[in-house]
Amino acid sequence: MRIRGRAWRLGDHVTTDHIIPGRLKYKVRTLEEMRQYVFNDLIPGFSERVRPNDIIVAGRNFGYGSSREHAARLLKLVGVGAVVAESFARIFYRNAINVGLPVVEARVEAEDGDEMEVDLREGTVRDLSKGTEANFKPFPPMIMSLLEEGGIESYYKRHGKLPWE
Amino acid sequence: MGGTMTEKILSSKLGRDVEAGEHVVVNVDLVYAHDGTAPLAIDVLEGLGFDSVSGNVVFTIDHAAPAPHAEAAALHIQMRAFASRHGIKIFDVGNGISHQVIPEAGLVRPGMVVLGADSHTVTLGAYGAFATGVGSTDAAIAMARGRIWLRVPETMAITVEGKLEDGVMAKDVILEIIGRLGSDGANYKAVEFLGSVVEEMSVDSRAVLSNMSVEMGAKVGLVPADGVTLRWLRERGVEAEPLQPDPHADYRDEIVFNAREIQPNVALPGNLDNVRPVEEMEGVDVNEVFIGSCSGGRFEDFLQAARVLRGNRVKKGVRCIAAPASKEVYMTLIESGILAELTEAGCVIGPPTCGPCIGAHMGVLGPEEVVVSTSTRNFPGRMGHPSSQIYLASPVTAAATAVRGQLTDPRRLLS
Ligand code: SF4
Repeated sequence: MRIRGRAWRLGDHVTTDHIIPGRLKYKVRTLEEMRQYVFNDLIPGFSERVRPNDIIVAGRNFGYGSSREHAARLLKLVGVGAVVAESFARIFYRNAINVGLPVVEARVEAEDGDEMEVDLREGTVRDLSKGTEANFKPFPPMIMSLLEEGGIESYYKRHGKLPWE
Repeated sequence: MGGTMTEKILSSKLGRDVEAGEHVVVNVDLVYAHDGTAPLAIDVLEGLGFDSVSGNVVFTIDHAAPAPHAEAAALHIQMRAFASRHGIKIFDVGNGISHQVIPEAGLVRPGMVVLGADSHTVTLGAYGAFATGVGSTDAAIAMARGRIWLRVPETMAITVEGKLEDGVMAKDVILEIIGRLGSDGANYKAVEFLGSVVEEMSVDSRAVLSNMSVEMGAKVGLVPADGVTLRWLRERGVEAEPLQPDPHADYRDEIVFNAREIQPNVALPGNLDNVRPVEEMEGVDVNEVFIGSCSGGRFEDFLQAARVLRGNRVKKGVRCIAAPASKEVYMTLIESGILAELTEAGCVIGPPTCGPCIGAHMGVLGPEEVVVSTSTRNFPGRMGHPSSQIYLASPVTAAATAVRGQLTDPRRLLS
């Protein structure tokens, strides 16, 4: 599975509150209503400006904070193709895979707007604008199939079973 | 090469040696969720069309319990109905906080794999269980299928050697550790707490170490299950085998702390990285003191608090709220006379609940109010108004603070 899109550069410790502020949970109910607020404090207008398969590039501890699944679900909903970060907060990492959002642990120097390509099977992240490449340990088959099929829910609906069953 | 406790648990589950970084599917021995997370897990279960629950599932009603408003009451109703339809064991209002009630009920033993839809599920590492917090999809799937995928974590040994000074508690130890390693210092990792200080600790104290290991990102926070653990479990009807790391276990990182250098500590408002000795911060005026939560509401916590409060009085103008973590703790406090002593000293005794820790009810903070709390997190707004300030400290520091009305080093009041 290959994902190709533009980079959006972020720093360390991007929290689930940055992705979607917790206070909104009580004001707006559906993910559709929440989408306009994604990354709003960090990148104004992100949900309008992001294009399908764009790639978030971040530093340490991406997804830190609350365990709510909305954060991973919303990134996927607005079209983010993958998140590449030096490290992820643990529960966010799991939630992302469960909802079919590729999360790749790699350190890359990309800047905003660089053309990026992530190859999940090969385990490479390429910055096509800079001509650089980073590697990551490819996912085991089970996780790979979850990502390729868009997460646990769609996998289960299609196959009537979970990938490990 | 020897195995860490983490590797031993996962290897024995899978019937082969596991390697850090590998993804595995394991059977889950227990899954639990509370009134903050079970409703979402129920939605996911129903959304996937799972109409039965095959795993060993427990619900607790502890976060907003008894219900502070009709919305919470409605969630409780939904949980009770789902639980009775699916034969799920439920600890209803008044039983206490999941992470305390579940081990007390004899539902945990060393070597188990436990998932909880709550980040502080790591607390059960104090009983030798590989216990970790997950999101609602994971919890729902484990409930339906009894299995889950996991990435085998690297293990970090944190050794605390020496002897703690009187007035220094497990909370001071874990704050020291988090202060040094930072809030992502153990991200993804299994943490194992070792050394003479840990060996000498009661199960109540060990639970505090495991509990707060998640505040530095740990996936699990294990303590060896030794004679102390097995005795505690036996008193609750559980016969279990000990669990220790192999001699020469292959730890990825090993960090050593010296008990002599650990003083009463306080985490300053904001996040857990900012830890200072109480001595340096004395004199901060407080409006409230909270002794309770899954991190500071066990018997030993109140026993230590009572040493300072006994024969003293909570300072006028300060409210001191004490909420035992469970009904068992509550009963023990009654039988030992401590509940009466705390009440006499001016504490307000709450029911077993999370309540104040998440600002759900009972002692919610107003604008700019300051609390010294024995709970887990000091993020802005967690216990009430966004401008209120949370200092985290040990129960004995909290008690000394209640008496003086200012953040106080407890060693001043201990003789
Ligand atoms: S006491 Fe606080 S930290 Fe513990 S489970 Fe309840 S809300 Fe969470």
